[in-house]
Amino acid sequence: MIRFSFVSTAALILAANTAFAETEITWWHAMGGALGETVNQIATDFNASQSDYKITPVFKGSYEETLTAGIAAFRAGEQPNIMQVFDAGAATVIGAKGATIPVQDLLTENGVNFDINDYISGVRYFYADAEGKMIGMPFNSSSPIMYFNTDALAKAGVEAPKTWEEFETVTAPALKEAGYIPLAQSHSPWIFVENFVSRHNLPFATNDNGYTGTDTKILVNSPELKMHWTNVKEWQDEGFYAWYGASWDDNQAPFEEGKVAIWLGSSGSFGGLMKKDLPFEFSATYLPYWEEITTEPKQTFIGGASLFAMAGHPAEENKATAAFFQYLTSPEVQYMWHKETGYVPITTAAYELAKADGHYDRFPAAEVGIQQLSLPAGEYTKGYRMGFYPQIRDVMNREFGRILSNETDVEAAFSTIETESNELLARFALTQN
Amino acid sequence: MKRAGFSHRWLPILFLVPQLAIIFVFFYWPALHAIRSSFFLQDPFGFGENFVGLKNYTAMFKSAAYMRSAWFTVIFTVLVTVLSLSIALLLAVKADKVIRGAKTYRTLLMWAYAVAPPVAGVIGLVLFDQSWGPIKDFVALFGWDFRLGVNYFDTAFAMIFVSVWKQLPVNFIFFMSGLQSIPKSVREAALIDNRSASGRFWDVTFPLLAPTGFFLLITNITYALFDTFGIIDTIVKGKPGNNPMTLVYKVYVDGFRGNDLGGSSAQSVVLMILVLALTVFQFRLVERRIHYT
Repeated sequence: MIRFSFVSTAALILAANTAFAETEITWWHAMGGALGETVNQIATDFNASQSDYKITPVFKGSYEETLTAGIAAFRAGEQPNIMQVFDAGAATVIGAKGATIPVQDLLTENGVNFDINDYISGVRYFYADAEGKMIGMPFNSSSPIMYFNTDALAKAGVEAPKTWEEFETVTAPALKEAGYIPLAQSHSPWIFVENFVSRHNLPFATNDNGYTGTDTKILVNSPELKMHWTNVKEWQDEGFYAWYGASWDDNQAPFEEGKVAIWLGSSGSFGGLMKKDLPFEFSATYLPYWEEITTEPKQTFIGGASLFAMAGHPAEENKATAAFFQYLTSPEVQYMWHKETGYVPITTAAYELAKADGHYDRFPAAEVGIQQLSLPAGEYTKGYRMGFYPQIRDVMNREFGRILSNETDVEAAFSTIETESNELLARFALTQN
Repeated sequence: MKRAGFSHRWLPILFLVPQLAIIFVFFYWPALHAIRSSFFLQDPFGFGENFVGLKNYTAMFKSAAYMRSAWFTVIFTVLVTVLSLSIALLLAVKADKVIRGAKTYRTLLMWAYAVAPPVAGVIGLVLFDQSWGPIKDFVALFGWDFRLGVNYFDTAFAMIFVSVWKQLPVNFIFFMSGLQSIPKSVREAALIDNRSASGRFWDVTFPLLAPTGFFLLITNITYALFDTFGIIDTIVKGKPGNNPMTLVYKVYVDGFRGNDLGGSSAQSVVLMILVLALTVFQFRLVERRIHYT
């Protein structure tokens, strides 16, 4: 009896020791619902794939809430090893040098091969510094694309429009005639400003879109953007475009209900739309462009979020983080993530794997995001870097809402956006030393 | 005359220390921190900061968006307070007269008290939803094209509606107990003097309810200013856009979503001053004019 308990105690100690030998790291993310389940699956698979490291993913709410929680934790010295930060928060986290370990340094220091050319061209430099060093690891990368109700388009006898001119003169009148609301979109600042300037290769801000300095001025008060928004307002008045407020879901719902024929959303929405088993066929294609602005439309910005390795952890934990990043960027994991969610695969190898597996033969629409991100690059298409950008988006959302509810006009709205954004940028410059 | 008291000077201080420490750590220290931050612009991660003097304050008062939300806060607070007090008073006076099934009736009226503000907000979202909300369908019968989250006025209406609904039970309970504490003899005397029910209400009941009413006035203003946060957050779905928002929600939007610590500190200092003014108003101006029995 005594011997038995001695043995079992020894076994317990041994078991505890093996548990202690694992280096534990945490990962704070903003992926709720089905996306969160896939995140948990990746973590479980990683933990099962080896015995040295254990990662624990923690859902922290929306993108904004996750960033704020990470900042508060960092100031209290309790930061996670990995934090997910969305596109608009990039300037905040990259500006705070010392808060994160550049992912490129982390990987090379821990003996992981890193070649930026392994990544697809569209994702390489958005989360990089001015010299092109990758700071954040692109994770859930998406781009706005155009979804359309195939049945509705067939009923109206039109094709998905390539240009806004075509939409205005051919597609929209036919769809309206057929009893549909032709167009809706879910994120005005992202789709009708940020990716509008990228698609048309227009400058977004001074200082090389903000990458090379903090005394940046935004360049949204431009004839092209005002022309676009003047048209958007006219489309709304003619019944070609319907706006359901600043909420993403409120604009997506009418498309799912079959009332709206064309919806501009995220390539990352694809997985969710597939799972919903909609009562109609849908497909997707590139974002339209204005022929009167350019005849050579370019790639769009990478949206979504990336993973940052937080500083202030022991070397063995950083090693675990590097090992996880290596696992995460492996073609198999990227393909699984891409297949489940619709976010684009971030490496060429993963993209090739998806092609070889016939994923795009089964779901042609799943390829649109990565194809759009792989379109020719232009001078201004690598991304933007602006401080207090979440608030700049709030300003845009507010003014666009006021245009669309007849509280202001396009001219006044853009002048307000320019003034308030530049004030915010100047204020952000003062937070940086 | 012999004074009752402590023989040692340090003993009362010792007894006070725990309470004072809690107040200092949880109230004064953060407040002082906010005042300090309001004069700085700070990197969110805490790596650097610059002293900017009154710049955060001037930027705030110059901002049209801030003034818009300040005006909305004033109108919102007045409407929520006035509506929730007057409707609750009416319900309490009527409920006071009910004899059969009085308890059931009162319990039903108090129920909504248990609903947390964010839940109330979600209920509001469901009722007013732009594609399938029953209230939206109902007002459409009168030609009102209700668009929650799209139209500024409609969103404000929903916020006020839900906030008032959520506050009614609290006010109802207090008015109820206020009414029941009015002595029967007083009521009977009033009945002999004045045969008009509304006359009796305004001459006798209402003045006697004044202490309760005043207490509720202050708590309702505080509620409308601060506790409606959860309702507003759920109704705007975390993305204010062109929707109305109160000053407290704006502190959150700029500070917690936008990471502008200096700017949102300046906004919260303004709110602190507002609360201070409210307290002074409570004790200096009104308490003196109200007679507690």
